[in-house]
Amino acid sequence: MSSPLLSVSGLRVAFGGHEVVHGIDFAVEPGEKVALVGESGSGKTVTALSLLRLAQDATVVGSAVFDRQDLLAMPERALRALRGQDIAMIFQEPMTALNPLLSVGEQIVEVLQLKMGLSRQQAWPKAIELITQTGISEAARRASAYPHQLSGGQRQRAMIAMALACQPRLLLADEPTTALDVSLRAQILDLIADLQRKNGMAVLLITHDLNLVRRFADRVLVMENGYVVEQGTVPEVFGRPRHAYTRRLLESRPERDVAEPPASDAPALLAQASNLRVSYAVPRPGMAGWFGQGEFVAVQGANFVIQAGQTLGVIGESGSGKSTLALALLGLLPSSGELQVGASPWGVNAQQNQRMRRMVQVVFQDPFSSLSPRLTVEEIVGEGLLVHEPGLSAQARREFVLAALRDVGMALDGDEAALLRRYPHEFSGGQRQRLAIARALIIKPDVLVLDEPTSALDVTIQKQVLGLLQRLQRERGLSYLLITHDVDVIRAMAHQVLVMKDGEVVESGACEQLFQAPQHDYTRQLLASVA
Amino acid sequence: MSSSTDSNTKFLARPGNSPARRAWGRFRRNRLGYWSLVCFCLLVLLSLAAELVSNDRPLLVRYQGQFYTPVIQSYPETVFGGDFQTPTDYLDPFIRQRLSEPGNWALYAPNPYGPKTLNYFAKSPNPSAPSSENWLGTDDRGRDLLAQLIYGFRVSVLFALALTFTGTVLGVLTGALQGFFGGKTDLAFQRFIEIWSAMPELYLLIIFSAVFAPSLGLLLLLLSLFGWMGLSDYVRAEFLRNRQLDYVRAARALGVSNWQIIRRHVLPNSLTPVVTFLPFRMSGAILALTSLDFLGLGVPPGTPSLGELLSQGKNNIDAWWISLSTFLVLVLTLLLLTFMGDALRDALDPRKADR
Repeated sequence: MSSPLLSVSGLRVAFGGHEVVHGIDFAVEPGEKVALVGESGSGKTVTALSLLRLAQDATVVGSAVFDRQDLLAMPERALRALRGQDIAMIFQEPMTALNPLLSVGEQIVEVLQLKMGLSRQQAWPKAIELITQTGISEAARRASAYPHQLSGGQRQRAMIAMALACQPRLLLADEPTTALDVSLRAQILDLIADLQRKNGMAVLLITHDLNLVRRFADRVLVMENGYVVEQGTVPEVFGRPRHAYTRRLLESRPERDVAEPPASDAPALLAQASNLRVSYAVPRPGMAGWFGQGEFVAVQGANFVIQAGQTLGVIGESGSGKSTLALALLGLLPSSGELQVGASPWGVNAQQNQRMRRMVQVVFQDPFSSLSPRLTVEEIVGEGLLVHEPGLSAQARREFVLAALRDVGMALDGDEAALLRRYPHEFSGGQRQRLAIARALIIKPDVLVLDEPTSALDVTIQKQVLGLLQRLQRERGLSYLLITHDVDVIRAMAHQVLVMKDGEVVESGACEQLFQAPQHDYTRQLLASVA
Repeated sequence: MSSSTDSNTKFLARPGNSPARRAWGRFRRNRLGYWSLVCFCLLVLLSLAAELVSNDRPLLVRYQGQFYTPVIQSYPETVFGGDFQTPTDYLDPFIRQRLSEPGNWALYAPNPYGPKTLNYFAKSPNPSAPSSENWLGTDDRGRDLLAQLIYGFRVSVLFALALTFTGTVLGVLTGALQGFFGGKTDLAFQRFIEIWSAMPELYLLIIFSAVFAPSLGLLLLLLSLFGWMGLSDYVRAEFLRNRQLDYVRAARALGVSNWQIIRRHVLPNSLTPVVTFLPFRMSGAILALTSLDFLGLGVPPGTPSLGELLSQGKNNIDAWWISLSTFLVLVLTLLLLTFMGDALRDALDPRKADR
């Protein structure tokens, strides 16, 4: 047996005395596909960065032997020669990883000039060849495009082309698909797998997405809190997980646990829209912008109903208009066509609007920007009462706030007063999302708009939050408008589903039916991406 | 659901203090800022009580079995055995002698000179160097320097507080209106600011000080009219950024009114630049008054002022005590303000970990 391509032993990484990776060992064989899995904060990205000594201000101890050389001990100059040449890296967010002022072709040429010593004239055709290899059509034209002129998927392909320019023997891929839409993820991963086979390089894939691991990797390392808790081949680990954390990760796929609607009588309609159209004013380019504004249609011709006690799932990629749909339902964006909440459209008069606001509430995606950082928990959760129950005394309001917090599973066994005085930054992502749910629930709405409620959370936390939402729906007969890009979430939660693409609803129907017999190509593509 | 056991619902148990107390705790944790605040407050209190600290009239006089309070009331010289009906000059050796006769006594302020007191009985020519009589020396008209500094500091600080207050209120208000409502409001205001900021401020000051009698109120008005624009731009930018964040959307969805959204959500999160600039605005205001005084465009003649002292220092280079002590007072004030500003910024940001 030959020696491994990369063998890491006793790797410890600390930032300012605080150790985040506590002595991990692993090896990567030549041509092997290894996945490093873990939730945010588990130290997986830091591990990859410290292999190339790119982690800033980190103290790295241990050894990482690559091709009989210790990466952690060699002089900076030698390491610099190795980076890009033998070990290349691709990052999560291609928009920030590419230089916005250089065309992608130029950036690849730069690598070729630096690392392979080619002249500009030799490098340009090589760059175009690399771009073609990554499946970008019209490579010659795209090579002179700037990063902002490419789509997200194309940017990530360009990044891959750049990383592969020197035919490295090891590719470190740090969440290469997380910033991309679902249907693109599989494509990019297949591309990496394809190129890996062609070039015979090894890949260390860093990800939190178990679907990707299952699809891609030969071997998997599971990291938790800076330790590798389990490693082995993919069938081994996924088939017979030994460590409790691995089991928890594997079980974190959301489960369907919702009350199915009775088949016979039609439930009450809480909101309905027909032929809904939402558009934004956008500036026209050039001189035309001086005289008028253009229009961007975000949602067109959408029809839907929200029934009592049920969940309407809206699935689509970024830019498909699903969040716009939610804002229109909340009365936060002007819309045309017919839209009724309760039995009334928005904007009849101020009192009516306030009554409708009480019926529809919202939980946003990012738990860090959806809670004002300078208000305490009590102020945040109690705000709805200030508006809708202005007569309440401070004491009564506090009781309601505590009840709402209890409803969303915030443990109150500690000091209640202390909890109420905390600021959002003192809570984890999952807890913040619970606070956001409590804020919406305190005024007892009938419909809750959930705009990607779990996509900023780790998988195990996602499962807990979805479980909470399911419980609330069963207990209170809440209706949800659930917006997501995640097929698993829809499968677990929705009764009815809308599939949106480019501002239009391309398919709609009952959840089960849609999953079993998707009609539209796009729906099939979406479903295939997680299968 | 096992919500009571999962790691997600635990929260750190810490003694829960009210937000205000925690903010004060964060302020105190910045030691430099805290002690700067203490020093500054002491200095301001001292200068507010300047009449008791530095005054040419005794605080209390016992003369021939009767009490007199010259610090409050003015007595003619005849009361103390003089020949004229003029107000008593308590620095006059004759009066001093009368007051120190057996049975009589006088309680003088620690520094027995007011800001305008001319010591006609000084032993050395003006400006005189620091001595046991005039601790920091006198200026070229024979007025005590320490007294002038105390009274000048009071004028400067009060003026700076007022100017900072009006400038900040105007700046935040206009910035908030532009940023929150955006669109046409923003456009109109921006154009107005461009025109307004093109007005030559110093010329206007010169013209106005020629037309009207110079006074602190006029200066305050003129400087306020031009002082709000820089801050307004920062507040506007913060508002534009914050108003489209999710927590503002959530508040809108709750039906919170515009005014409440501004007050509770957007404003507190937009005040970082305001607070950051606060001490610099304050020191800027002190410097503005000082430099206008230096140019002779500031406070009415005769008002004790740091700028006037600097100008005297320039005219009397060899009287080093004038420029040096004025300079030190200015530097100390500006330093204290800057340190306090740092601590204030920490205090108002709940994200700074409090211990």
